[in-house]
Amino acid sequence: MNAIFLLEQALNGLQFGLMLFLLASGLTLVFGIMDLINLAHGSLYMLGAYMMVTCFAVTGSFWLALPLALLATALVAMLLEVLIVRRLYRRDHLAQVLATFGLILCLNEGVRMLWGPHQLSMDVPALLAGSLPVLPGLQYPAYRLAIIVLGAAVAAGLFWLVNRTRVGMLIRAGASNREMATALGVDIRLLFTLVFGLGAALCALAGAVLGPLLSISVGMGESIIILAFVVVVIGGIGSVRGALVGAILVGMVDTLGRAILPGALRSLLRPELADSMAAAAASVSIYVLMALVLVWRPAGLFPTRG
Amino acid sequence: MSTTPLAATQRPPAAPRWPAALAAASGLLALLFPLLMQALDQPFYTGLATRILIFAIVVSSLNLILGFGGMVSFGHAAFLGTGAYTVGILSLEATKKIGLLPGTESAWIAWPAAALASGLLALVIGALSLRTRGIYFIMITLAFAQMLYYICVSLKMYGGDDGLNLASRSHAGFGVDLGDDRHFYYVVLALFAATLFGMHRLVRSRFGRVIEGIRENEARMQAIGYATTRYKLVCFAIAGALAGLGGALLANQNLFVSPNMMSWFQSGSLLMMLIVGGVGCLWGGPIGALVFLVLEEVMSGYTQRWQFVMGAALIGIVLFAPRGIVGAFKRRGG
Repeated sequence: MNAIFLLEQALNGLQFGLMLFLLASGLTLVFGIMDLINLAHGSLYMLGAYMMVTCFAVTGSFWLALPLALLATALVAMLLEVLIVRRLYRRDHLAQVLATFGLILCLNEGVRMLWGPHQLSMDVPALLAGSLPVLPGLQYPAYRLAIIVLGAAVAAGLFWLVNRTRVGMLIRAGASNREMATALGVDIRLLFTLVFGLGAALCALAGAVLGPLLSISVGMGESIIILAFVVVVIGGIGSVRGALVGAILVGMVDTLGRAILPGALRSLLRPELADSMAAAAASVSIYVLMALVLVWRPAGLFPTRG
Repeated sequence: MSTTPLAATQRPPAAPRWPAALAAASGLLALLFPLLMQALDQPFYTGLATRILIFAIVVSSLNLILGFGGMVSFGHAAFLGTGAYTVGILSLEATKKIGLLPGTESAWIAWPAAALASGLLALVIGALSLRTRGIYFIMITLAFAQMLYYICVSLKMYGGDDGLNLASRSHAGFGVDLGDDRHFYYVVLALFAATLFGMHRLVRSRFGRVIEGIRENEARMQAIGYATTRYKLVCFAIAGALAGLGGALLANQNLFVSPNMMSWFQSGSLLMMLIVGGVGCLWGGPIGALVFLVLEEVMSGYTQRWQFVMGAALIGIVLFAPRGIVGAFKRRGG
């Protein structure tokens, strides 16, 4: 255990956190503005990864495939919004949870029908295949660095969009008072569809760029969506700033926990027991973090509503 | 109370309203089912019926907190899984002597232990979760269930990801051989009947009325002087213990325990069964479990894509029949 190792793990944590933010920001926007719990958000992330594989196979270019995959996923999401999700905005949370749970079953099975049940994989684009010296003695994969830069850029762009543009103003108006915004002539239905599409594009981006690092499989959305919900709950539902802070917090705690705990426990316990305990403790740590935050501030770190 | 939803104010008393003849017929069928299947040489269906009864118990326990208590828990599978793991671990310790716990294969010790473990867990989870409301409550119960899921995945000595196999069903003594599917069926049937009768009494007791009062208007119940959080917590713990008993039975039925039993998918399926059956109706749990498991059985025979059909059906039910089967039945009947 040394400083270089810790720094490397911290970079991994930052990268994971920023990807979580891409999912969590969409979730929190959809919740804050439409008052909708969308469990199927993780399925859109999965869909993004699969779309990326197909677009890459068709175009042969990573850089061309990326925007195409985002667009395709956003379009599918907006179609779902118009057909199904729109009817859930005024329903209670239980109905939303159940209907979007049903949507997960359909999307999972749909992806299995279209792409087959096998795991898919993708290569890192040639341009970013190597690694870069971040510090003397620390080589870090260029692709992961690019993901960090991309994640930070998207986060900045999102803040600019929400806080500084006319569209962002409409989004904030819709979030704080739906009826008033409608009365002032905002086409709230269109706005909601667009926000849903934006959220889908953000999580498709995460799915698409993580594709080369992970195996692309049907269940991939389910494991990460729970983490994204933890992020949103920690940050305060509806707050983009909270989602960013929560995502980085969760990414760091998860990654560093996995990296540090096994070594730390090995000095105290029998090795096989220590490994088993460390794995459990690392997986549990983020939920403990969430429980602590909720005990301390029951509405998250950056509460947006009363 | 003009803001109370229609479904809540007009909800009929919890007792079943369907014709007595139908109830008697289904009771008789339940009693004779294993013999009937034996005669038809289809013992497989006795196993399916047992599964349905077990899930009926578990979904009913969820009904207690969601239907009567108004608490939307998305982590109910945690209690099911804890009960199952209690039985599984005790049995493994008895046969293989891992040495971390004293083991037992006796149903008289293992099953109450399962209910107790799940009940205590529900007490802890409830004490923390009930500080939050609405969406936060849904999410925190989900997160706690995930936490437990990951703990079980990393319990390498108890099978980890692969789960663990039970050497045999629990031992009951008194001439009851739980290893015999028919004996097991009748034990489960008896426990199911006791659960339903117990819930019927509980819902109509003073405690049950307070719980329903809290669901309708918590602030008012507080103003009257009830310690509402304590009532909700006790309700949550009772439901957890009941789900733990269900888990113990399920572990015995499958002779297998795995982390998947407490996945959020399982929690979602339990919610799905309850919604299909009818939230807040005494018979909602059993009917939901029956319809869901029979449909699953039939559809998985016809097509591998049954999850797609299931998902579409769920969306349809939420959009068009939010009160479930019992609800639709009652609306037409009454």
